[in-house]
Amino acid sequence: MLAFLLTLGALLGVVIALAYAERKVAAFMQDRMGPTEAGPQGSLQAVADVLKLLQKEDIVPAAADKKLFKLAPILIFAAVFAGFAVIPFSPDLIPAGIGIGVFYLLAIISLDVVGLLMAGWGSNNKYAMLGAMRSVAQIVSYEIPAGLAILSVVMVCQSLDFQEISYQQGALMNQFPGLEYEMNWLFGIEALGINTTTIGGITTWNIFRAPILLVAFVIYFIASLAESNRAPFDIPEAESELVAGFHVEYSGFRFAILFLAEYSMMVLVSLVAVILFLGSWNTPLPNIGPVALAYWTSGTPGELSSIGWGIFWLLSKTFILLFLQLQLRWTYPRLRVDQLMHLCWKVLTPVALAVVLIAGIWRLLMI
Amino acid sequence: MKEVKKHTGFGFVVKSLVSGLGLTWRHFKNARNRRTPEYVSDENYFKQPDGMATLKYPYEALPVPDNGRYRLHNEIDDCIVCDLCAKVCPVNCITIESVKATEEIGMTSDGTKKRLYAPVFDIDMAKCCYCGLCTTVCPTDCLTMTPVYDFAEVDIKNMVYHFTDLTPEQSEEKKQLLAKQQEEMAAAKAAALAARKKD
Repeated sequence: MLAFLLTLGALLGVVIALAYAERKVAAFMQDRMGPTEAGPQGSLQAVADVLKLLQKEDIVPAAADKKLFKLAPILIFAAVFAGFAVIPFSPDLIPAGIGIGVFYLLAIISLDVVGLLMAGWGSNNKYAMLGAMRSVAQIVSYEIPAGLAILSVVMVCQSLDFQEISYQQGALMNQFPGLEYEMNWLFGIEALGINTTTIGGITTWNIFRAPILLVAFVIYFIASLAESNRAPFDIPEAESELVAGFHVEYSGFRFAILFLAEYSMMVLVSLVAVILFLGSWNTPLPNIGPVALAYWTSGTPGELSSIGWGIFWLLSKTFILLFLQLQLRWTYPRLRVDQLMHLCWKVLTPVALAVVLIAGIWRLLMI
Repeated sequence: MKEVKKHTGFGFVVKSLVSGLGLTWRHFKNARNRRTPEYVSDENYFKQPDGMATLKYPYEALPVPDNGRYRLHNEIDDCIVCDLCAKVCPVNCITIESVKATEEIGMTSDGTKKRLYAPVFDIDMAKCCYCGLCTTVCPTDCLTMTPVYDFAEVDIKNMVYHFTDLTPEQSEEKKQLLAKQQEEMAAAKAAALAARKKD
């Protein structure tokens, strides 16, 4: 219960910061100023927006399928929020440390699609319906390259446990029960003879343990943009043609929930990308001989210092990815539906399949 | 016909994507600077291509030209209530009522004697067409265009600007004074006429 409340609180904080950052970043990239009035530099703008939404009338359209309409936001948010349960925030801090975290996450995020379809269908509105259909088509399609990219990580790490995958990517690896005698080699190739087990830092991140995962990371990042309906894959919410997509009929608190779910999804996919590819809560600084930067910036597992460092590194990397998501949104134009499907089925999926194959061979080299 | 070179291929796509990111990043970085509210004749006016273009309008604004035509203002102390502005106005937005003073009221700043009170001097800015004719005919230069252009109102009645310096009571008093004086003068005239007839 405590983990639930803490995660929810942290998530709200991050989402509010992100909503503000989105407006400011967008403004700066377009030579504008963004919000300036509410609070210093407009920093309370997102809070003010949320308060405004909470005060608004809760409108349920007369012709809507009321049960579906009311249930959809709850389902969408619950699906995304449940994904946070398996995210490790530090060496000891994980809301629910289950052994099949990756599998659970993929499954629970897919539930989101059902909620989207419910919202689109229940609204009884053509824009909402079109938006929901596009959204579902897009998310279902892009789950395949995303899943394959994650699969290649699972193959390299030989684990479905996020915490175990995290430990493998740092100097603290041997402290995880079951990994006491594991070794990390540079690029995962023992033949090179460079043992990075105690060097840690960036050299043991998954994208360096098995450089093929860099390709998997790019594939996952592109697919995750599509899964969270972010530009340039935002055709489900294309303002210029669909007004707002599946949530066009929602107002007040329900809209706030959908908005929250959307931004939570962005945070979640970035967190997963960081955990699977960019060293999770591990520090990017390696131990260099007597200068044990990695140990100094990791803390001791089981103590408060490791929680602080873990959360710091995890969130820093996540915010860099989130910034990249924002920048992509304000740089690239929206893809057409056929281009979207072309990219998914004819480019990303075959490449992801090849990456899975190469990752398997790489794993053989690592033994 | 020369064939247009087609840019395709993985390398080109990646290059163009990265250069797009570079563009937005440059703008993001330059957002530390912001353009300054300078007049168009200023040297820097056209030399601020980088940074945020926004001016926080109510707090900052680009200066307007001196000879621009914006909101009218009447300096009633300098006004001799000659009614020229009301006569020249093509849209009849100036309403003036005048009352002759019983004695000389004073002088305007350019030395013209004032002999008329203005119980009503209203300019309806909602009707005004900003032609500026009234300011050219004004003999004492008391009617001027100010650089104020942001004066929208919720109630259109508030667009009528009252420039008179007399309260209704004062103007009533002046009217009565004038009537009294005219009565006295008429009486004096009648007496003089009667005296002349007697002769």
